[in-house]
Amino acid sequence: MFRVALKMLFGDRGKYLGIVIGIALASVLMINQPGIMISILKTVNGLINDVSGPDLWVMDPMVKNVDDVKPMQDTQLYRVRGVKGVAWAVPFYKGSTKVRMSNGETVQSVMVGLDDATLIGGPTEMLQGRLADLREPDGIIVDKAGAEGRLAKPSPQPGGKPIPLKVGDTLEINDQRAVVVGIARATQTFASQPTIYTTYGRAKSYALSERKMLSYVLAKAQAGESPEVVARRITHDTGLRGLTSEEFKQKNLDYMIHNTSIIVNFGFVVLIGFIVGAAVTGQIFYNFTLDNLRHFGVFKAMGTPDSVLRRMILLQALVVGFIGFGLGAGITGTFAAMKANSTDLSMTLNWQLLSASGAAVLLIVLMAALISIRKVMKLEPAIVFKG
Amino acid sequence: MSQTTPAIRCNGIKKVYGTGDTQVHALRGVDLEVHAGELLMLVGPSGCGKTTLISIIAGILDQTEGDCSLFGQDFRQLPPAERVRYRGKHIGFVFQAFNLIPTLTVAENTAIPLLINGEKREKAIARAIQCLEEVGLGSKVDAFPSQLSGGQQQRVAIARALVHDPKLVVCDEPTSALDHQTGTKVMEVLKGLAMDGKRSLVIVTHDARIFEFADRIAHMDDGHIERVEARAAQDN
Ligand SMILES: Nc1ncnc2c1ncn2[C@@H]1O[C@H](COP(=O)(O)OP(=O)(O)OP(=O)(O)O)[C@@H](O)[C@H]1O
Ligand SMILES: [Mg+2]
Repeated sequence: MFRVALKMLFGDRGKYLGIVIGIALASVLMINQPGIMISILKTVNGLINDVSGPDLWVMDPMVKNVDDVKPMQDTQLYRVRGVKGVAWAVPFYKGSTKVRMSNGETVQSVMVGLDDATLIGGPTEMLQGRLADLREPDGIIVDKAGAEGRLAKPSPQPGGKPIPLKVGDTLEINDQRAVVVGIARATQTFASQPTIYTTYGRAKSYALSERKMLSYVLAKAQAGESPEVVARRITHDTGLRGLTSEEFKQKNLDYMIHNTSIIVNFGFVVLIGFIVGAAVTGQIFYNFTLDNLRHFGVFKAMGTPDSVLRRMILLQALVVGFIGFGLGAGITGTFAAMKANSTDLSMTLNWQLLSASGAAVLLIVLMAALISIRKVMKLEPAIVFKG
Repeated sequence: MSQTTPAIRCNGIKKVYGTGDTQVHALRGVDLEVHAGELLMLVGPSGCGKTTLISIIAGILDQTEGDCSLFGQDFRQLPPAERVRYRGKHIGFVFQAFNLIPTLTVAENTAIPLLINGEKREKAIARAIQCLEEVGLGSKVDAFPSQLSGGQQQRVAIARALVHDPKLVVCDEPTSALDHQTGTKVMEVLKGLAMDGKRSLVIVTHDARIFEFADRIAHMDDGHIERVEARAAQDN
């Protein structure tokens, strides 16, 4: 009888396609939108994720989020180093600068200055060159997306592909020479600006006009000390704010969520996806059952147990749910894969997202099945003799 | 015929639809016996309770009062699941509107009672094809119902009603949707195949042109059986 149930479903091509497409569209919305949202939220903490080594971030108490840099006096570094439980502390500059390319064009970029001695806070994945090459005169490291994107040299032929920056190329920052010594992978910033790594000392000379340069102090808790405790101690002893990396990331996410309507906006689209998915597919599925009510009555009269009828309907619902979701996830996944290699801000597709949207689709089809099952269970088999 | 064992025995069947002001007394006390191997027709004006009576006999509707047993088995004494199974095993149905499933082939439609009874698909289809050959539709097994004429569809329905070799076949107006010639042909097929000496047929009909196929005719009016006539008496 389950084969009969499937034939009933596939035989009604119009409704079958309607339901599958409805579920596929709902799935696309429910996967794609949170995927983009996660990607955006990830960019917020890109800098912190990219910096490995330190577990403490020390900043001006007024800092609201990682991009809201409030520079401190260089002397604060020594005060942090003096706090009990701090193994080491290094300066970290994060600012914005205009990079002038060989053709004279300028590109707004993020500049990161690393401790001259240790280069702590540098990119973890080098694609060309080495981090230590930053010690060469005028050395800078450019992130891959920037090197291939906004900082790429225009093609010599009009309309040709731009030529990515490579090691040895020179740029100009604030009228000073900068030599590319490496290309690194870095998390995309929300505004998709290139990121330029250099030493703290050189960042100072590139950013002449800035009076105070110390954006953050990156520090490490001594072995055996809990980072949280040391962070509180830094806050207490220095009047600055000490946060663990995790706390800082949480602070940024909280800021993003509270000060932008990102969750509301994306959540709204997801909700629409769910409601439209549930309403449209539920409605068509229910209509499909109603169209077949007479046949269900015939099955009932001819001795089909209720349990079998329930399972037939459940099977029909699960099949459309499965195919629709597969289609939706497939479409979304294909788009994600197509964009994965581009340097644009793309969407994040992870198993949590897939299982959450899969569960939402399951909920939709189960609700649809339930309503239909109720109808069929209440059906009097005697209707088969009614005209 | 009158010496055979009763296949169906109804005593004082009453059926009231609805409650209060909207009550309809569809059956007002029906006594009826149908014998094994007999073809009984139920006739009478519209609304007199014919469909209600065969629904109760077939166990798809509960009477309000009275007893009805099928081969000695009272449906109301069976637990619901048993009752459904009993129906699946022992009763065949033929409807005025054929009630074939449009997305299934003729063979699949015919096999449904076997599938309901848990028969394996291959066996069920093979048996269905055999039945279809008997109703003269051996060449149409892979067709869909919409590709058949009304008479052919009703022959498929007859094959479906007989495929699981039920003890009782109930038919509600099996020829009303067909023209006279086709109706007669369908009745010939039905009677020829269904009457094996043991199986009982109860046919509700308005169609006087098929009365000749009946062993007995029960005339109903307003929820009663007025009289039952043996066809042999009318035949001369
Ligand atoms: N489900 C129901 N609810 C309420 N009244 C009903 C129901 N089914 C039938 N009736 C009423 O019961 C009476 C008998 O109906 P039934 O269908 O048994 O008549 P019938 O002899 O088969 O008529 P017809 O020849 O028109 O098919 C009619 O008055 C009908 O309106
Ligand atoms: Mg009727």
